[in-house]
Amino acid sequence: MRPFDYQRPARAAEAVQAASANSMYHAGGTTVVDLMKLDVWRPDRLIDISGLSDTSYDFVQRKDGRLRIGALTRMSSLADNAMIRSDYPLLSDSLWLAASPQLRNMARLGGNVLQRTRCPYYRDTGYDQCNRRNPGSGCAALDGGVTRNHAVLGVSDQCIATYQGDWAQALIALDANVELLGKDGPRAIRFADLHRLPGDNPAQENNLRTGDLITAFSIPDKTWKRSKYLKIRDRESYAYALASAAVALDMEGDTVRDVRIGLGGVATVPWRASEAEAALKGQTLDEASATRAAQIAFSRAQGTQENAFKIKLGRETLVRALLETAQMEG
Amino acid sequence: MTDHKPHRGPTRRTVLKGGVAAGAAPLAFQAAQAQDAPAAPNVQKRDVTLTVNGQDRALNIDTRASLLDTLRNDLELTGSKKGCDHGQCGACTVHVNGERVLSCLTLAATVEGKAITTIEGLADGDDALHPMQQAFVDNDAFQCGYCTPGQIMSAIACVREGHADTDAEIREYMSGNLCRCAAYPNIVAAVKQAAPKVGRA
Ligand SMILES: Cc1cc2nc3c(=O)[nH]c(=O)nc-3n(C[C@H](O)[C@H](O)[C@H](O)COP(=O)(O)OP(=O)(O)OC[C@H]3O[C@@H](n4cnc5c(N)ncnc54)[C@H](O)[C@@H]3O)c2cc1C
Ligand code: SF4
Ligand code: FES
Ligand code: FES
Repeated sequence: MRPFDYQRPARAAEAVQAASANSMYHAGGTTVVDLMKLDVWRPDRLIDISGLSDTSYDFVQRKDGRLRIGALTRMSSLADNAMIRSDYPLLSDSLWLAASPQLRNMARLGGNVLQRTRCPYYRDTGYDQCNRRNPGSGCAALDGGVTRNHAVLGVSDQCIATYQGDWAQALIALDANVELLGKDGPRAIRFADLHRLPGDNPAQENNLRTGDLITAFSIPDKTWKRSKYLKIRDRESYAYALASAAVALDMEGDTVRDVRIGLGGVATVPWRASEAEAALKGQTLDEASATRAAQIAFSRAQGTQENAFKIKLGRETLVRALLETAQMEG
Repeated sequence: MTDHKPHRGPTRRTVLKGGVAAGAAPLAFQAAQAQDAPAAPNVQKRDVTLTVNGQDRALNIDTRASLLDTLRNDLELTGSKKGCDHGQCGACTVHVNGERVLSCLTLAATVEGKAITTIEGLADGDDALHPMQQAFVDNDAFQCGYCTPGQIMSAIACVREGHADTDAEIREYMSGNLCRCAAYPNIVAAVKQAAPKVGRA
């Protein structure tokens, strides 16, 4: 690991002020320290925000019609929150099915949504071809690499790396906002606008400006008791998703009043399946309508020889998630 | 996007490994460095006091040091093991303020002032093993023993968190600790045996 200047501010404003184009925040450190050890990230200053104490950044709050969650809340703590488990099961499921208990105790939600891809060529500086890490160098995955875990949605000819996070799929499905403190003060953006498709510039992974600190997430506080996160992986636990679906349903009898769908393991960014949602609204939810929605969700999917199986798997995961969620108590 | 020339061998990787160190830095970083950032910082040392197994230990550490390396190299507490050094295996599990974390992905500087417990801090003297340690012995819950300190630290936390009620739950909440010898059934048995004695937090 390369040397860096370590800072541990007590106030968020100090953290933002200390930030520069070459600095990096450290929340739980489970992505940052990993990638710094791999020499993929080389910040010259590490700003440890885990000790911020000017106000609490570790909270869950219902106020003025919104559910707010502090950015320094641990994955484990939100996963175990009794209110979240009863009113927003998908927010809890997508956390306890992620990583391991130790990692969930360390990782904070602000860091969680900014975790980076596990594309092996991104993580190994022995490959110089990686447009995400080394702009303009090419893509070792597309140039004959092993692509079984890569994405089928939101891909470009520059990068097909999967966004592997789980919780983000629940956030995007619930149309969350991200509260930020930046060099110019506080502001909020839609969670859907946080991440960027790889397009022709995969190295620019999000729309944060230098110094932007995520302080909280907020969601319109409509309870979604009928919601779940279904995660399909190579082994039963402690693995990233091959395909996953975050589903929330608002039903009137058998009819879908409102539905939200996020798809994980299959896309380059947190992925909301809006067209599939539209196709289900006002319809009776059954195997036929769920299958049709899943077809729509993956209609523009593009696979390689090795990951094309994810298109079928992704569809089936979504169908199962929809049908299982419909069985839940509303 | 369906037919790519296969190039997947390690040969290519080895060939490339040598000359890429500078080339791999994201261009944005390089540009920023050239314009406004000062030269790359030197190694930074920091005085910290770590509270390990109830004792305050004053140290002057490299800010890059992981808690795992600090425990093993500076404090000569070699019970915590380095399996992967990247958060994947659980061999380095310790408790920080009573919660299980991975010491390999924890920078030592970040846990100043917090209570750290390692496998060495469990037994009450030489004769009285912690109930979880005893249960691992009673159930043959290891073969080579390399993963065992991490398994035991994780197992104690698993019980305290209230995640040890059924075999399935134990397996799920112990899944962050890999065992190359696959002693898994015996580990589950040990956790079950010790659970009533360890109790919930
Ligand atoms: C072995 C392993 C397995 C894993 N498995 C899974 C899995 O199955 N599913 C899953 O979803 N995840 C998984 N993860 C990823 C893990 O969930 C993330 O590493 C973690 O959530 C990141 O949170 P953190 O607080 O540690 O972030 P950090 O490492 O501290 O930070 C991550 C990034 O976010 C930035 N950042 C952090 N906080 C803020 C903030 N408040 N404002 C602005 N920027 C910020 C940092 O600068 C950095 O760029 C796994 C990780 C490992 C190591
Ligand atoms: S898929 Fe993206 S992250 Fe992976 S090698 Fe290609 S450019 Fe890099
Ligand atoms: S050594 Fe820390 S998880 Fe493997
Ligand atoms: S006992 Fe050998 S690795 Fe677990």
